[in-house]
Amino acid sequence: MQAAVEVTNFTKRYGDFTAVSGISFQVQPGEIFGLLGPNGAGKTSTLECLEGLRSADQGSLSILGVDPGRETRKLRNLIGVQLQASGLPAAMTVDEAMRFFCAYHQVAPRYDLLERMGLGEKRQAQFGQLSTGQQRRLALALAIAHQPPVIFLDEPTAGLDVASRVELHSLIQDLKSTGATIILATHDMAEAEKMTDRVAILLRGKIVADGTPRELTATGSGYTKVSVRTENALLQTNGHSFAGVSQRQVLDDYVVYYSTETGKTVSELMDYINQQGDKLVDLRVERPSLEERFLEITHTGDVK
Amino acid sequence: MTAFTNHFAFEFKTGLRSATSMLMNYLFPLGYYAMMGLVMTQVNPSFKETMIPGIILVSIMAAALLGMPGPLVEAREAGIYRSYKINGVPAAAILLIPMLTTVFHALIASGVIALTANPLFDGLNPENWLALALVTGLAALNFGCLGALIGVVSNGSRSVVLWSQLIFLPSMLLGGLMMPLSVLPESVLNVSFLLPTTYAMQAFSGLAYNQATLIDPWLAAGILVVGAVLAIALALYLFKWDNQHSSGRKLIALALLAWLPYLAGVVLR
Repeated sequence: MQAAVEVTNFTKRYGDFTAVSGISFQVQPGEIFGLLGPNGAGKTSTLECLEGLRSADQGSLSILGVDPGRETRKLRNLIGVQLQASGLPAAMTVDEAMRFFCAYHQVAPRYDLLERMGLGEKRQAQFGQLSTGQQRRLALALAIAHQPPVIFLDEPTAGLDVASRVELHSLIQDLKSTGATIILATHDMAEAEKMTDRVAILLRGKIVADGTPRELTATGSGYTKVSVRTENALLQTNGHSFAGVSQRQVLDDYVVYYSTETGKTVSELMDYINQQGDKLVDLRVERPSLEERFLEITHTGDVK
Repeated sequence: MTAFTNHFAFEFKTGLRSATSMLMNYLFPLGYYAMMGLVMTQVNPSFKETMIPGIILVSIMAAALLGMPGPLVEAREAGIYRSYKINGVPAAAILLIPMLTTVFHALIASGVIALTANPLFDGLNPENWLALALVTGLAALNFGCLGALIGVVSNGSRSVVLWSQLIFLPSMLLGGLMMPLSVLPESVLNVSFLLPTTYAMQAFSGLAYNQATLIDPWLAAGILVVGAVLAIALALYLFKWDNQHSSGRKLIALALLAWLPYLAGVVLR
């Protein structure tokens, strides 16, 4: 099966500065792929070259078999892009924007999307009069109005309130269910963990980790957090340690153990609490989140 | 065609919605017209002879040089062109449509001036209205293309003002709008013939008013056309989707090639 997005040995330079250095990845049709990384990691350069805004210095890029640097006309109807800074003329109304871009894509205006994005009552409002959240929702509606098979979303939920974020996540899932391939660049690790099928973490122009969020969180330091709260707060005072525990921390009413052998740790812990005559109130076993793994990778520069 | 119509309609409405564009397209030119009509015709009655073409050119320059380039630069800086590019709006449409709508606004204001100057202020009507319309159209197109070129090569609002005023102010003083070219010394006259306004005034005088000119009026009209074509060709060639990674000096050096037809005019006259 042809990959929806294929990046092979891609390099992008600005003068002497190499923004992206020989990265390769593939995104399969229907996947939600997260592109993560701190500022300056090369995400935007990668996205801009895939979107046809800039050309690659080395390597090859392909969107459904189309070279974004050379076949820009074909590319326009294959991709939908929600830019991070959604630039539209301040005097353009929401309705005009929908008509304007749909006309260039040669499709009928999708006013239904404006309703879905909660912009039904703002159709005559000018872009400059919309809130940041409304501007981002409009940008998304415009990006998907021509039903492109590949969609690029750059920080889609930045500046949105909780309800709008939930609605937008639901819309992204709907798009996925129609078979669309989505490339999601985000700083929000919870969003990436919840929404994406696979992620790649970029650091200093290189991919330092990739895989499913579950795979990424399973690697790394390998610690699992075991948080315990007991009735008599026995564990908080006596400092007893258990099998597989390398670090112990007291946080409010909880004692947190970082364990590499979760099963043994929990088993010994329960036995100890019972032996000491204390009573368990709460026990939480948590794998490291994608955010923790991301911080671990970006701080240590841990290359896969 | 629908895309062009939508784009044209939007840009045309922007010329009325935006306070700055409205000011430069209509309020300033028509205000200037009213003031000059009321005051200048009393102070200097000979002004009535050049009133219509002179104020038409001020109106065109206000819209095309003072009004249009700024929004082009602001749109580029705000990332609007990137949104356009991603959605398949061609670079030619981004430059040509605002240029055409600006020309359209300038023609409306020029029409008001041409049709009311005689009844309101006793301005001298042309002998050949068709020639007046033709030269007005050519001048609007010429300045529209120059405005687009200024918008492309300017890196910010300051340089827009600099380049626009570098053409606007000498044009007002030396382009034959305020005083006849025949009163200027030869050395200054050479500077005058570096300005598109001079060619437009010569074309107006020779073709619309059947008056004596310093240059063949058809040659003057031809230089306006060549100047317009060269300016818009350079604007399209130098067009940038955003402000990143561009070389300002190189752009300006290439943009100065737009002055070749006027240099040729100095030699040919």
